[in-house]
Amino acid sequence: MSGQVAIVGVAQTRFQSEKRAQNYAELVHEVVSELFRTTGATHDDVDNIVSASSDFWDGRTISNMAIQDVVGAYMKSESKVSSDGTLAVLYGMMRILSGQYKTTLVVAHSKGSEGVPNLIANAAFDPIYQRQLGIDGLSTSALQARRYMEKYGVSEEDVALVSVKNLGNARKNPYAQVAGEFTVEEVMQSGYLAEPIKKLEASPISDGACALLLAREDIVDRFTDKPVWLKGVGHCQDSYYLGDRDLAESDALAVAARRAYTMAGIDDPRREIDVAEVYDAFAYQELMWTEILGFCPRGEGAELIRSGVSTMDGTLPVNPSGGVLAAHAVIVAGLVRVAEAALQLRGEAGEHQIPGAKTALAHGSFGYCGHMHCVWILSNEK
Amino acid sequence: MSEEIIVRRTALRIPYSWAAGAHATRFYREIADRRRIMGTRCPRCERVLVPARKSCSRCFQDTTEWVEVGPAGVVTSFTIVHYSEPRIQPMEPPFAVALIRLDGADTALIHLLGEVEPSEVRTGMRVEPVFADEPKGRILDIRYFKPVSVD
Repeated sequence: MSGQVAIVGVAQTRFQSEKRAQNYAELVHEVVSELFRTTGATHDDVDNIVSASSDFWDGRTISNMAIQDVVGAYMKSESKVSSDGTLAVLYGMMRILSGQYKTTLVVAHSKGSEGVPNLIANAAFDPIYQRQLGIDGLSTSALQARRYMEKYGVSEEDVALVSVKNLGNARKNPYAQVAGEFTVEEVMQSGYLAEPIKKLEASPISDGACALLLAREDIVDRFTDKPVWLKGVGHCQDSYYLGDRDLAESDALAVAARRAYTMAGIDDPRREIDVAEVYDAFAYQELMWTEILGFCPRGEGAELIRSGVSTMDGTLPVNPSGGVLAAHAVIVAGLVRVAEAALQLRGEAGEHQIPGAKTALAHGSFGYCGHMHCVWILSNEK
Repeated sequence: MSEEIIVRRTALRIPYSWAAGAHATRFYREIADRRRIMGTRCPRCERVLVPARKSCSRCFQDTTEWVEVGPAGVVTSFTIVHYSEPRIQPMEPPFAVALIRLDGADTALIHLLGEVEPSEVRTGMRVEPVFADEPKGRILDIRYFKPVSVD
């Protein structure tokens, strides 16, 4: 891409099931204040803001109006993405590349505890042909999980490995909501929510916020000596009606990944990417997404874990933070994938740091069964 | 020292009146009047799309032909739902939700399965619709699909 944009600061709240001590403007205030503290940026340094939130999840029409005061939007340009936070990064970058702005504050918030997630999810389906069937994100993902597992011969134990790995990794992530040392047997015995998805294979609903500061290359030094460069991005949508798709496949992710790899000059993702944060809203999704991202052949996602490639000390660790299985603030979770990838490349991931990581992949998704995908390639080398 | 945070409990209740459009209206009229399930064909990719709609989801072409499909078909994936959310779910859990490819269709319809033990549902199972006695122009005018009885 012409001209370069870097992430110069990252902040996230701890993710919890019910952050009752803060309303959502206060959550956003926490991450923006942290971002200003760690980058030395002030309100005057922020040229514009792209936020991500949802009217339905917030229970408030024009959800971004309630956070504009705390992102410093007074007399500035602020716009909202009502989709995953990875898209807010995309629009933030585009605003800088337009030449109109030198910096963009990107911020996402969500409090899943304050609504009724299944009802909100159900309302995303077409009211004419689908909604009355009572389907939601969980039951439709279960349709995808079975289709994928049957087409590629993936066992329930294979899927359970993802939860064992990611919830284990999350023990070292102070921001995670769910973490623990589980066995495959314990995941298998955790009880079906919607077959074949079990309780420990479904992400929690979280409250939390995340913020990034993006800057044009000529002023990066003002905020950090550890910039993380946005090297490539791809974004793609699939068909709306789930029955129009073969749910074992995700052509939208394949296209998004190809676009991101081409832009970043990645030929062999398995070899060239050092760490990946992917959108595992359900355990089976990490297997599907890593296969389609080209980390391994189709149907062999579980082998990446078994052989140690995608575990914490492997050659391509996937979700060292614990991923979305460890904390799922809807809309925020994709931005957290980008934030976690950036922390890895800055060497600031703490106990879940992957030593020497230079190139990272961050992946966000929105809608049902991977309706939308956004893939980012980040690097600490310009 | 910390005071209990006040929590305001309320609900947004906003009635809507969604127009189904001409294609969905005909789809439901066919079920009500003739007990048949219709798809529409895309002139470019030639897929028969079910439920019927005005334009192709891939080709951006208007569909040009109405095609009767099924009414029987095959389960291509399913789940047994174990959690309860009575405000949206039309059946008591455990119940089966399935993707069903009706004979002659190129897409699958999401619907419910009935008259079958959840533990007996299988991918590849042939099913047929059970229509509601009093259709109201909604997807539950097909109450559910049940296994095809082998006579």
